[in-house]
Amino acid sequence: MWIITIVYFSIGLFNIMFAWFGMICFLAPMLMSIFGKDKAFCNSYCGRGQLFTLLGHDRRLSINKELPSFLKSKWFRYGFLLFFMVMFVNMLFTTWAVFSGSGSLNESLKLLWTFDLPWKWANRAGESFPLWAVQFAYGFYSLMLTSLVIGLLSMLIFKPRSWCVYCPIGTATQMICKIREGERL
Amino acid sequence: MKRKKAKVLREDCVACGACVKVCPVDAITVYKGIFAEVDPIMCIGCTKCATICPASAITMEIPEWA
Repeated sequence: MWIITIVYFSIGLFNIMFAWFGMICFLAPMLMSIFGKDKAFCNSYCGRGQLFTLLGHDRRLSINKELPSFLKSKWFRYGFLLFFMVMFVNMLFTTWAVFSGSGSLNESLKLLWTFDLPWKWANRAGESFPLWAVQFAYGFYSLMLTSLVIGLLSMLIFKPRSWCVYCPIGTATQMICKIREGERL
Repeated sequence: MKRKKAKVLREDCVACGACVKVCPVDAITVYKGIFAEVDPIMCIGCTKCATICPASAITMEIPEWA
């Protein structure tokens, strides 16, 4: 699965519409945790987790520092989940603005919601897609790329799968499992 | 000699499953997607899981029954 992660980010850089496939990584874990597969996605299928293990553990690229305790705290984990959800909704609003015609298409990839990436490789596959779908792809790919960069940095400095501690999807799926079992969050 | 065994701090565990993959004797399972569980009888105390755990939720302890 880690190969798919690399392929996803590579192709996405050249054809932005490919970003839509990333929705699988959003929906699959959620559906799995809702329909009784618990955290099977994190445990077995997450390409990102596998990539971090491969680079940090097998290839020994990680310094393996201990993760600071505030990054492990529930407040930070749930806060980070909330932050990502707000950013996701914000992206949906931008998509809606383009759809309704009140906003113009912003064809740039943003890293950490601030920095425009210096290159413009990513382009649309022809004009066959509606503009809102293109806007969503740009926003979604930026979100995925930002989280990958944060994940890679934490892989290098802290333990390889440190991203998993505050991964919004991981936190959300664990939350769903806890709610289902009536456990305290 | 009493051997130390892996013990999961449930509150800290993020259920990522990193420990499950490294365990050489398959002594770890993730309970309902909430926390990892170590079978203390199967555990050989190799510390691989404690080393890889990103949340440092695994400690090595001598079990009370040992």
